[in-house]
Amino acid sequence: MPAAISTEGLVKSFGRTYALDGLDLAVRTGEVHGFLGPNGAGKTTTIRILLGMTRADEGTARVLDGDPWSDATELHRRLAYVPGDVTLWPNLSGGEAIDLLGRMRGGVDKKRKAELLERFDLDPRKKARAYSKGNRQKVALVAAFASDVELLLLDEPTSGLDPLMEEVFREVVQEISDREGRTVLLSSHILSEVEALCDRVTIIRAGRAVESGTLNELRHLTRTSIQAELVGPMDGLAQLNGVHDLQVDDGRVRFDVDTDEINPVLRRLTEIGVRSLVSQPPSLEELFLRLYEPEAVK
Amino acid sequence: MKSLAGTGGLIRLILRRDRVVLPLWIVLLVAISVSYVQEYGDLFPTPESRVKYAGNAGFITLYGELSGPSLGEFVTWRLGFVPVMIGLISLLTVIRHTRVEEESGRRELLGATVVGRHAQLAAALTTVLGANLVLAVLLALGMHSQDLPLSGSVAIGLVYAGTGWFFAAVGAVAAQLTASAGTARGIAIGVLGGAYVLRAAGDTSAHTDGPLAWLSYVSPIGWAQRIHPYAQNRWWLAVVLLAVTVLLVAVAVSLAVRRDVGAGILADRLGPADGTLGSPLGLAWRLHRGLLAAWTVGFALLGLLFGGVAEGVGDMMRDDPGIQEMFQRLGGAAGLIDSFLAGVMTLVGLIASAYAVQATLRMRVEESSGRVEPVLATATSRWQWAASHLVFSLLGPAVALLAAGVAEGLAYGVAIGDVGGQLPRLIGAALAQLPAVWVLAAIAVAIIGFFPQASMASWAGPTVCILIGLVSAGVSTADWIRDISPFTHLPSLPGGSVSAGPFLVLLAIALLVGVAGLVGLRRRDLPA
Repeated sequence: MPAAISTEGLVKSFGRTYALDGLDLAVRTGEVHGFLGPNGAGKTTTIRILLGMTRADEGTARVLDGDPWSDATELHRRLAYVPGDVTLWPNLSGGEAIDLLGRMRGGVDKKRKAELLERFDLDPRKKARAYSKGNRQKVALVAAFASDVELLLLDEPTSGLDPLMEEVFREVVQEISDREGRTVLLSSHILSEVEALCDRVTIIRAGRAVESGTLNELRHLTRTSIQAELVGPMDGLAQLNGVHDLQVDDGRVRFDVDTDEINPVLRRLTEIGVRSLVSQPPSLEELFLRLYEPEAVK
Repeated sequence: MKSLAGTGGLIRLILRRDRVVLPLWIVLLVAISVSYVQEYGDLFPTPESRVKYAGNAGFITLYGELSGPSLGEFVTWRLGFVPVMIGLISLLTVIRHTRVEEESGRRELLGATVVGRHAQLAAALTTVLGANLVLAVLLALGMHSQDLPLSGSVAIGLVYAGTGWFFAAVGAVAAQLTASAGTARGIAIGVLGGAYVLRAAGDTSAHTDGPLAWLSYVSPIGWAQRIHPYAQNRWWLAVVLLAVTVLLVAVAVSLAVRRDVGAGILADRLGPADGTLGSPLGLAWRLHRGLLAAWTVGFALLGLLFGGVAEGVGDMMRDDPGIQEMFQRLGGAAGLIDSFLAGVMTLVGLIASAYAVQATLRMRVEESSGRVEPVLATATSRWQWAASHLVFSLLGPAVALLAAGVAEGLAYGVAIGDVGGQLPRLIGAALAQLPAVWVLAAIAVAIIGFFPQASMASWAGPTVCILIGLVSAGVSTADWIRDISPFTHLPSLPGGSVSAGPFLVLLAIALLVGVAGLVGLRRRDLPA
């Protein structure tokens, strides 16, 4: 099966600033793909290119085996989009906006819409101007989830939702992914959400993908930091694979170790003789913080 | 006074944001007013000619009755439309700095700083009331510099400022009523329009000794007018205007404490849970219908007024054998009325081009507000989206012009007992403006297509054409300047000779520029 989304070497500049600087992104059909990166990394620009709203200066992009720029209209029948900052027509009710967007995409499933309105606890009769940010987001989410599409592009869709609604959002995404096999590209800053939903993630920074893979694969990229007080001389530690930033200070050592090299290192430590040992396991947050920082760019 | 904390800072913010517009309208309106003294002094040197000019029913409907034949009184009368413009600008400015700020959410951001509950309203009102005072002082000095008496010059300043104050306060009240700036504008402009219609109906009735003369006395525009500068100089009427203004401000303040920031006194009604809209065109209709209705009604009223005035022009001519003879030499009595009607049609066409640009710019508003994104993420193509708006920027002015033509044809036709003859002539004359209107709409499309950040420059089209129209009507202007305006190339209708050439050229230009603009729109980033 072809990839739902694939881009190679996407470049987009606005004046002198580069929003995208050679972005590669691959989303497999049927997966929920997390799209992460610090503010201004180029996530929204990427999504706009995938929607044919913005044209890339260089590189190629394929969406559902079509060209997002020239085949926009046909592709849009098969995908739905939830923008990060949802603005609606102030004097249209939420229900009208949902039906309008659904019909322009090709049809609304009335039953599905009613069910989603109920689950997201949204009053569709209110005028859009009376909705809070979260409720405007719900309008866009209901419109997207109620349509029969193969691909959903969600740009920070839960930034205004309360924890209860965030939970509903997770359930719905899991349903459409597990039961209906739809593909989802989910841009998000909420790591627990990414952890709960995403099969694979791509992390971008300054317009490039810095990491891509499953969360487990990414975990292996992190290092456990170890502090130990040893009884013997600390020979050969520095030569071991995966040991970084070794500091020796009067019988005490501090170093970081690559998570998949941790066993040989621990073995060597016990050979020397350990008086005390503190190890800090890698957290997802640390992983992201490290990848988000400028020096992480390879 | 805690509720006014931060007012000074907000006033500076308003002055900073309006640093161009505010001085511009003050200086422009003062300059126009002062220039009328010389101009109309030359055109109507004798009291008799002034009384005759001002005495016809159409002019009385438009400007009210002349208080006396001196030059000051005559110029004040002829400038009767300026206070209405000042009222409009004042109410729009107040709403812009109160309700619009709330609707956009900026008020919330400021409200969280050390800004009192009433500071925003106080700042907007202080600025607008102050601007009107400055205008009044400049006008008094300007009029006095034209050798008009000082007391009367101060009085006409008060006519202007008093109207501005009153409608600024109306704007302040309207801004409290609804959560939507658009509705607040509608309410306030409705009050202004109502005041004008009351004044017009009252004065017309008074002129014909009708029973409705009292209507003028319930209209604030009527009060301001009856200050009668350079005649009685009734200062007490200015005091009445000021007192009512203070009263309205008090009402606005008491309404403001009864509501939350962002909310209105009138609650938003609930809408339908299910929509019937399902196409770009349906959406465009929802977005444009209010604008279309407002412009169509406005154009119909304009047509009625001008149709009525045209009859007055005929009256004036019949009364004066000298003028009659002169115009018969120039091409007959019909020639005079037709040239008047043709001039009016050009004016109507120019105004229609402002509507065309406004409607076209809605496209850009949709884009910059972000509302276009979810639409373009559906199966709607850019062409379809643009076309749905262009239907209204091209056909909207056509509907409005048709309304003007029908109303003018009816009003003038009824007056001279020839509806069957005048109606089609004037409808044709109104619709003949369309090619020039479309050229300006097409230029707006091209600007949106190629220079989206500079979309507001689209207003330069109607502005330049209106300036060329106004200047060339008064002063002889070089042909190449007149030729810039597409309206110059239209035949003078009704009455003039028609050939297909200019229409086809203008239509071709509109088509070329418009299609080029659409190609630009297709090729660029959207939103940009």
